[in-house]
Amino acid sequence: MKYLLLKHYRGGPEPVVDYGTIDSWSPDEVDAHMRYMSDFAEKLQSTGEFVDAQALSPEGTFVRYDGEGRPPVTDGPFAETKDLVAGWMVIDVDSYDRALELAGELSAAPGPNGEPIHEWLELRPFMSGRAESVE
Amino acid sequence: MNPTLLRELVPAVIGVLVRRGADFASAEDAVQEAVIRALETWPDDSSSRSSGADPVRDPKGWLIAASWRRFVDGKRAEESRRGREVEVAAEPPPGPAPAADDTLRLYFLCAHPSLAPASAVALTLRAVGGLTTRQIAAAYLVPEATMAQRISRAKRRIAGESFDRSGDPATVLRVLYLVFNEGYGGDVDLAAEAIRLTRQLVALTDDPEVAGLLALMLLHHARRAARTDADGRLIPLAEQDRGRWDTGLIAEGVEILQTALARDRLGEYQAQAAIAALHADAPTAAETDWPQIVEWYDELLRLTESPVVRLNRAVAVGEADGARAGLAALEDVDPGLPRYAAASAYLHERAGEHARAADLYAEAAHTAMSVPERDHLTRRAARLRHLCS
Repeated sequence: MKYLLLKHYRGGPEPVVDYGTIDSWSPDEVDAHMRYMSDFAEKLQSTGEFVDAQALSPEGTFVRYDGEGRPPVTDGPFAETKDLVAGWMVIDVDSYDRALELAGELSAAPGPNGEPIHEWLELRPFMSGRAESVE
Repeated sequence: MNPTLLRELVPAVIGVLVRRGADFASAEDAVQEAVIRALETWPDDSSSRSSGADPVRDPKGWLIAASWRRFVDGKRAEESRRGREVEVAAEPPPGPAPAADDTLRLYFLCAHPSLAPASAVALTLRAVGGLTTRQIAAAYLVPEATMAQRISRAKRRIAGESFDRSGDPATVLRVLYLVFNEGYGGDVDLAAEAIRLTRQLVALTDDPEVAGLLALMLLHHARRAARTDADGRLIPLAEQDRGRWDTGLIAEGVEILQTALARDRLGEYQAQAAIAALHADAPTAAETDWPQIVEWYDELLRLTESPVVRLNRAVAVGEADGARAGLAALEDVDPGLPRYAAASAYLHERAGEHARAADLYAEAAHTAMSVPERDHLTRRAARLRHLCS
């Protein structure tokens, strides 16, 4: 079963560790953090559980339809949006418990002084696309 | 070259390599590589005789020769990396003749209980089904590299297992049933593939439960065309156009089931197939023999004590003895089960409590596990709300 591990720039519960923004860390701390993330993805590849990982630029635009023959209306970017998605990882695992375990491990990525940042990650199950019978 | 004919050769060829002394993991890799090569070259290059055997006149001979060559090449590369002598002969040793039940052994090995279900499924589809890693990855919507790793790990996990030990057919049946339920994916029809593999297993075994699973698959497969409309919307059993059911498959499924039941060794797949057969037997939804279906659910509950069976039984009781009786039966079911709300919604709808049913359908849509199911439940909720307003 597939799960989305969603990483937020903002939003979600209060952080339990004040780790500041990543640009305030030392270059070595940044490197260690990045290495942890890529090692994690590599490990999932080797266990046959990796599906996808993507990062999103923080700057986004809201778009909507504005009627026949008119160009779409745009709004934003909003500097103060409450919930801002930073990126995701998609995993394919055997159980919900395994998904929890992996999310917990990813959340332990190191920050300042090499300490785990205890980052909140959002875990969401995928809906299957197959038409299982409801007979 | 028909790819299915090629795939059918795979388990036997793996067996030949293992009998010649290859380890299962390397043998399976070698055959997979040879199959990929064959798929690339056979269709328009039927005159290729590079391996000595003619792929058209003797596809099995060709695949054995090509696989063995790849196995030897792989071993040589491995040995030279380690700086040791090459111990593998380029010409295959005569070795013991391949046993007729090598394919059966492969079913057991690939469904080994130490493997997680997703790994057992992937390994079975490759080693027994003869599918390529790419096809399996596409069917399960994961990258090819991920699927390749899943299969390698599965093989490492069972590396110490003897090829000659047989196993518990129940684990094999669970794997095949999982494949069947996955339906279509990529360019592979997994339901049809599961039926092919189960049919083959029936021929190799003497177990009425294997036949029961085959009957269950055929009876379900027979309804596939009627199960969704042109837009992909789910059509519940009671509303299906029974003229679109495949009567040939139904007849075959019923016959296989009757033969299995006559042996008087009932199991859960035979009981499930019996329920599917009773549905298939009804000319209209109204003529369904619900009392007998409830009896089969009682049997199934005795066999499995599964909470999901208890839930489905409550719905059947609702049809046999009225919605109130169904709701009473539902009181014995754990409300935390997936589809509990959907079953409850249906029974309340049948009891004429439309507002309550609409709320429950909406709740069920919220917790649905698949998109088609969610959309179906959302439409049910919307229709009932519309009736109420």
